[in-house]
Amino acid sequence: MTAPLNKDFVNMVTRARQVALAGNPNCGKTTLFNALTGLRQKVGNYPGVTVEKKAGKFFGTHGEPMEVLDLPGTYSLHGRSPDEEISCEVLLGERADTPPPDVVVAVLDATNLERNLYLLAQIMELRRPMVVALNMVDIAEARGIRVNPEALELALGVPVVATVASEKAGLVELKQALSRATLASPVNVAPMPEPIEEAIKSISAVLISVHPERRGAVRSEALMLLSQSEESARVRKSPLIEMAVTSARKSVCSAGWDPVSDPVEARYAWAQEIVEKCVRGTEGHGITFSDRLDMVLTHQVWGWVAFLSVLGLMFFCIFTVAQYPMDWINSLVDWTGGMVGTMIPPGELRSVIQDGVFAGAGSVLVFLPQILILFFFIGLLEDTGYMARAAFIMDRLMSRVGLHGKSFIPLLSSFACAIPGIMATRTIENRKDRLATIFIAPFMSCPARLPVYALLIALCFPADRVPAWEKAALMVGMYVAGMAAAFLTAWLFKKTLLKRETPMLLLELPPYHAPKLRGVAVQMWHRSRVFVYRVGTVILALSIVLWALARYPRPEDANATPAAAISQSFAGRLGHSMEPAIRPLGFDWKIGIGLITSFAARESFVGTMAIVHNVGDGGHEDTNAIQGALRGDRWPDGRAVFTPLVCVGLMVFYVLALQCMSTVAVVRRETGGWFWPLFQFAYMTGLAYVASLVIYKGGSLLGW
Amino acid sequence: MELSATMTLADMPIAGKGCVTGMTLPPETHRRLMEMGLTRGATFQVVRYAPMGDPIEIRVRGYHLSLRKSEAAGISVEALP
Repeated sequence: MTAPLNKDFVNMVTRARQVALAGNPNCGKTTLFNALTGLRQKVGNYPGVTVEKKAGKFFGTHGEPMEVLDLPGTYSLHGRSPDEEISCEVLLGERADTPPPDVVVAVLDATNLERNLYLLAQIMELRRPMVVALNMVDIAEARGIRVNPEALELALGVPVVATVASEKAGLVELKQALSRATLASPVNVAPMPEPIEEAIKSISAVLISVHPERRGAVRSEALMLLSQSEESARVRKSPLIEMAVTSARKSVCSAGWDPVSDPVEARYAWAQEIVEKCVRGTEGHGITFSDRLDMVLTHQVWGWVAFLSVLGLMFFCIFTVAQYPMDWINSLVDWTGGMVGTMIPPGELRSVIQDGVFAGAGSVLVFLPQILILFFFIGLLEDTGYMARAAFIMDRLMSRVGLHGKSFIPLLSSFACAIPGIMATRTIENRKDRLATIFIAPFMSCPARLPVYALLIALCFPADRVPAWEKAALMVGMYVAGMAAAFLTAWLFKKTLLKRETPMLLLELPPYHAPKLRGVAVQMWHRSRVFVYRVGTVILALSIVLWALARYPRPEDANATPAAAISQSFAGRLGHSMEPAIRPLGFDWKIGIGLITSFAARESFVGTMAIVHNVGDGGHEDTNAIQGALRGDRWPDGRAVFTPLVCVGLMVFYVLALQCMSTVAVVRRETGGWFWPLFQFAYMTGLAYVASLVIYKGGSLLGW
Repeated sequence: MELSATMTLADMPIAGKGCVTGMTLPPETHRRLMEMGLTRGATFQVVRYAPMGDPIEIRVRGYHLSLRKSEAAGISVEALP
């Protein structure tokens, strides 16, 4: 980072050159971005949409600063997913929040040149200054594909630099090319059939007369207008332009050509021609290492074994290995809270800091190890190419309920935390598929529910008996119940609210390659930072609100027990007033308070139970003491409150209800409004209520 | 191999090679498939079917692409030896 003064000075003298990296998914674009910028990068969002905006800085050959944008990987510029729309808008200079790029670096995967050239053809139509980075030349060589960069440069008419981004090879040359005082715009473009060229000319003439400032990319815009189908009309232009487009389309059709498919075919024909000129030796029919791996990893039997083993290992790490750092974080938070506590005189300030801020922040931070492990696995699986295989294997199952192979990854992430899961839905192109996936993600049991399950399962069985397998089965049952509810909901939505054609799947299965741990680490860092920041602020604020609800008004009797104090606090009164509503489920007002405090984080239920039952100080509860107290809890008429039936009902309530403020906040952000999060909240909580009611009433009728 | 005029990608056996002759799919789907390289005349080879029989994995233009049988059934192909 440069010092602010220095930066201002440099900006004053020369505006930093804006560089945009564009290319197909899996072409090594992000590796190149990381290699160029190091850690001088900023990850955020494009305003108004939930597409990740990755910007960074690097210095050119002469030390001049450059700002680089890593555009989302796309196969085409015909905006159909939010990612592609953003790429297209940035390249066209249409976004107010992003300056138009001074130079585009088109990244090509040398092992897969022909398809990569398709996007390049579209980028060249934009006629912006550009440099081509011919990436992964080492892997191509190893496979016997030799791409000649000089021949490619000659054929394309723009500078071509051979790079191996993973080894930082070719970076100096790339920076040199980007530092040149004058940058060439492409002259050659993929030629179109005559009637289409005519149509481009007539649309261009009208476009220029309406928007003279956009003369540069006019060919690209004309082609987009000509070949976009009505259903995906991205650009709504003036009636003048519409008329020109309609008449151009008509003349193309009457000449026997197709305005949609012929431009695509023309670009591929151009790509094929270039490949013939510049590539020597095509990939033989020999079986590569990647093919061999796939024979096992997508095998009818071994594929499943491998798939389940990967998931098993991941969950093992999330649930057992993460335990150690989680304990450390817990003790660190407690210790710091205690330290701070001794520095503040007892009273309201100490209480809000200890029980509000530290307890609240601790409840978020404690999940960080699990989330980091999850991000590590996801990053690793994405980087090696296995994620695409997981989607390939799971697609059939997911499509039965109207989902998508790509919905699998977000749902899997949701077992660690719904928030990264919901953020991971951004790769799903279709909005309805994405909404369906976001909607069902919180049904996956996250670790915050585990302490609640553990407590209630222990209560289900007599204290002297320890039937380990029965407990385990009940725990697995809760996970299965959540998944069943998710798939049922998805199926229901497919039939009703989000009624649609079964979405299409187009999935590239890239060759496997060794993961780049540095890239995975960078990704973990950025993702967890977003998590801590976004969730931390929401939970912290809410923890303080909940602290106040549980603390005020103070009891008149200064010697009242904590249980008596909470009983007459706002939270206690809320619990009392909601008791009539939850009594049909077998829940008393104390459970009601627990349901309310669970909003900050579900595991607060355990701490709340400790407080309302007068066990410990609520922070360092002894599980046996809580269990004993809950076992002894009685209704006024002497019946036990926590019968096995109530425990199971309550667990199912926790499986199904959306009791997580942070999830609500993230859904609001990702769906861009309050409708979906509120609807989701009502649906899930309603479902939880009905399910618990059925269990309690049904069980009671059967005499359990 | 038996050739028929209405053979589609979904009918192709594993390891079978073919070339795309046309498509009967909604325009947006059609364009997306073409942009992924499945233009008229493009040659491909079926690599495998997923463990549950769907989707299909093919090799086209030097890379591996997976698509569902429902779309594959709208792509008419000609089998090549």
